[in-house]
Amino acid sequence: MGLLQFLQRIEPDKKKSPLLHTAYDAFFTFAFTPNTVTKGGVHIRDGMDLKRLMVYVVLALQLCYLFGSYNIGHQHFVAAGQHLGFLDAFHLKLAHGLIKMLPMFIVTHVVGLGIEFLFAAKKGHAVEEGFLVSGALIPLIMPPDLPMWILALSVTFAVILGKEAFGGTGMNIWNIALLARVFVFFAYPTEISGDTCWVSGYDSLAAGSAAEYGWWHTGFFNSIFGSLGWPQFDAARTVVVDGFSGATPLALAYQGGMEAVNQHYSIGQIFWGAIPGSIGETNKPFIILGALFLIFTRVASWRIMAGMVLGVGVTGLLFNAWGFNAFMMVPWYYHYILGSFLFAMAFMATDPVTASGTNKGKWIYGFFIGMVGLIVRVLNPAYPEGWMLAILFMNSFAPLIDYFIVQSNIKKRTSRV
Amino acid sequence: MAFMLNSFLVFGQGTITPSWAMYSILGVLILAGLSALVGLTANLIDMEASKHGVQVSEEGWFTKFLNQFTGETKSSKLHKLNRGFDILINGEVKSGQIISKPVSRVALKPYSFIGLSPIPKVVVEVGQTVKAGDEVYHDKKHPEIKFTSPVSGEVIEINRGDKRAIADIIILADKDQQYKKFNAPGKDADRAALVNFLVDTGAWTWINERPFDVVPQLSSQPKNIFISTFDTAPMAPDNNLIVAGNEQAFQDGIDVLARLTEGKVYLGLDGSNRGQLSSAFTKAKNADLHYFEGKHPAGNVGVQIHHIAPIRSGEKVWTMRVQDVIALGKLFATGEVRRTAIVAITGNEVIEPQYVSTFPGASVAELTQGNVTDGKLRYISGDVLSGKQVFATGFMNEKDDQLTVIEEGDFYEMFGWLMPLSPRPSASGTYPNGLFPNMKFDVNTNTHGEKRAFVVTGQYEEVLPMDIYPQHLFKSILTKDVEMMEGLGINELSEEDVALCEFVCTSKQPLQQLLREGLDYMRTEA
Repeated sequence: MGLLQFLQRIEPDKKKSPLLHTAYDAFFTFAFTPNTVTKGGVHIRDGMDLKRLMVYVVLALQLCYLFGSYNIGHQHFVAAGQHLGFLDAFHLKLAHGLIKMLPMFIVTHVVGLGIEFLFAAKKGHAVEEGFLVSGALIPLIMPPDLPMWILALSVTFAVILGKEAFGGTGMNIWNIALLARVFVFFAYPTEISGDTCWVSGYDSLAAGSAAEYGWWHTGFFNSIFGSLGWPQFDAARTVVVDGFSGATPLALAYQGGMEAVNQHYSIGQIFWGAIPGSIGETNKPFIILGALFLIFTRVASWRIMAGMVLGVGVTGLLFNAWGFNAFMMVPWYYHYILGSFLFAMAFMATDPVTASGTNKGKWIYGFFIGMVGLIVRVLNPAYPEGWMLAILFMNSFAPLIDYFIVQSNIKKRTSRV
Repeated sequence: MAFMLNSFLVFGQGTITPSWAMYSILGVLILAGLSALVGLTANLIDMEASKHGVQVSEEGWFTKFLNQFTGETKSSKLHKLNRGFDILINGEVKSGQIISKPVSRVALKPYSFIGLSPIPKVVVEVGQTVKAGDEVYHDKKHPEIKFTSPVSGEVIEINRGDKRAIADIIILADKDQQYKKFNAPGKDADRAALVNFLVDTGAWTWINERPFDVVPQLSSQPKNIFISTFDTAPMAPDNNLIVAGNEQAFQDGIDVLARLTEGKVYLGLDGSNRGQLSSAFTKAKNADLHYFEGKHPAGNVGVQIHHIAPIRSGEKVWTMRVQDVIALGKLFATGEVRRTAIVAITGNEVIEPQYVSTFPGASVAELTQGNVTDGKLRYISGDVLSGKQVFATGFMNEKDDQLTVIEEGDFYEMFGWLMPLSPRPSASGTYPNGLFPNMKFDVNTNTHGEKRAFVVTGQYEEVLPMDIYPQHLFKSILTKDVEMMEGLGINELSEEDVALCEFVCTSKQPLQQLLREGLDYMRTEA
């Protein structure tokens, strides 16, 4: 155990440099579980801790990361009418996706973890692991072309006002990742709405707009691909083709129901995710795999997920019966694969801190997210998606749901005969 | 996946016709048909079961079905508890043989009783000889309640701890035990005579009163008395073995207890068919038998009370351990305090796990001599979940029937949170332990992570088969909200009941300590 001795020798002084010590402690406990033993209470402890819990959510997201990155590149070339087959020009699509994805991931973590470390040092606490998951989720729910400074600003907003102001991990009321997104949504609406934002690499999606490539494209990757004799990035040839809109299936469904959707995308495409959208939400099988992983490891609550599925089904059926416009006539079961329902269900609504804490409450909480989310999706004329708002809305009501359930338990006990 | 995709493709491509109403009617019909079928099957099973003499609950199948999810089952005799967790550890006693080990040194520890003032009045002096049944100390607030010696011998040490509190009183036990002779009241004696006798002999202190787990006051009138006849804690001793040969004493004890309450005496029996149950339990008279099926903590008396007749506000119930019931029976039969402690010596650092028959409060060193491995060890009087740490040179607590020895886990583990190097017990799905349901583990005292704020929800409920919201209860203890604590059921809980919650807690919160703080607060407020 040479590494252990080395790490112990370089431990900075806690009094002299608290921030450095906090950072050291975070990395040390990451590398080695501490040698603390039980005292008082139980003599043995479960092998489960918060680090393990958080990393399992991050693991469940890995397939979404992989697909999301690749799909950024795919959509980029589809707009130009090039490499239309999903696996065509694999290296170009992956390279473009990584060029977009990695900076987002890095900026999110540097900003978010930086703030966490600062606050932990200030409070004299160990760094809590909550941001591991928030940081993994935030890039996946953003549009691929989001400017880095907006991303940094939104993460700062979410972590400081959404979390640290309430006392840190475990104390927050609203989902941190969604707070970051809602910040962009209200402060910079043009960056996250309309058709243009979901396809990366172009200034505008008007026919004839050329792709914008930077040094990483033309300098770094082109030199590698050139030396291998593979196709390279070519801004002059990569221009938006006539008739390309970049509209997401939901935007189309809003205009003309399933018929309008089917003119552009097949159900297979929507299901497998080769469509424009937020980075992580498009591939449904991978999200379902992630959700199953979380359910089997019991990291996320299946009750919330089931409640949401039920809520969407019921509301969808009601809309079908009402049938006022084309969007309402979209069969209820399609709502499960349209937009980001599954992603929100698996990874957003199940955040244990902001969800309902009681088992019965989780059903109610999930059901109402499904209901409210679909109402926002179908009835809101400005923006055809509702999960972010529905979850934040129900986050605010989760304590109330719990309150009523706990009160009924108290009442049952006090009126016992 | 491919199937899903196909069905989408086949059904897809258009808007739905308003036939959803038809689908829903069809759905309702299917559900109704299914429920009729399930109901019929359930009834048939119940009929068959009652033919074979199995008690079945009187609830409808639908309630039972719902209870599958909520984990609450209320029936007259058999209680199925779906929630709980068994921690399997190496070092269980395999042989049913009980080895006689009359140790030479025995200690009485006043602080092992909750609610005594810290400096009790010790009525013996160093060098004095006592008989089994002689008073050793009493609480200054309640001088009438005597704590008597379980053995005869010479008082050799009275040790004081912090602030001159009495740490322990050590007695060198005689080879030939001398018993103080008492006159046991007859079968027609009134309750006051019984109570006087119990107080004189010290047997009153064998009674545990809930809520708060204290020695009852003399005026205390228990609503009911509960005895759990099985222990589901990790590696816990088998009470069927302990009661063997003492069946009559056990029945005598129950008869005495039945005269102390206007309510009933309830026995909680193992309904899981873990082994043959002793006839002392299954054929007990003067008591109501309730079977409990389920994992730990199904054997905890607190859980059983909750399902049989929960404690209401202001009520008191008594509980007693099987070994004390036996001693109580012997006391009334002979007029002598004849207490033996059958102790299971268990744990992965014990070379030969075994049952020993000894005195209550026996010396740990004498019990484990030559039978534990080298290295840094933790000695626990009790089980790994709710037992108390004792020194290797220390003494058992009087009321514990298990001594557990495990390894101290004060070492670092590289990436231990992500890729543990050794298997370890866990209730979480992130370990593949569920695939090996019978696997036993070597355990140590490492916390496997650091303390954090409450994050995960629903985790405690999974291992607590009671209609209680533990997390909300603990938060109300933190905010010292007495009304909320009482409403959420703090009076129904004891440390051992929430010990599993503490074990599984992802945030490593000290729940037992928290609960005791809450109970102490309630007790002083009341």
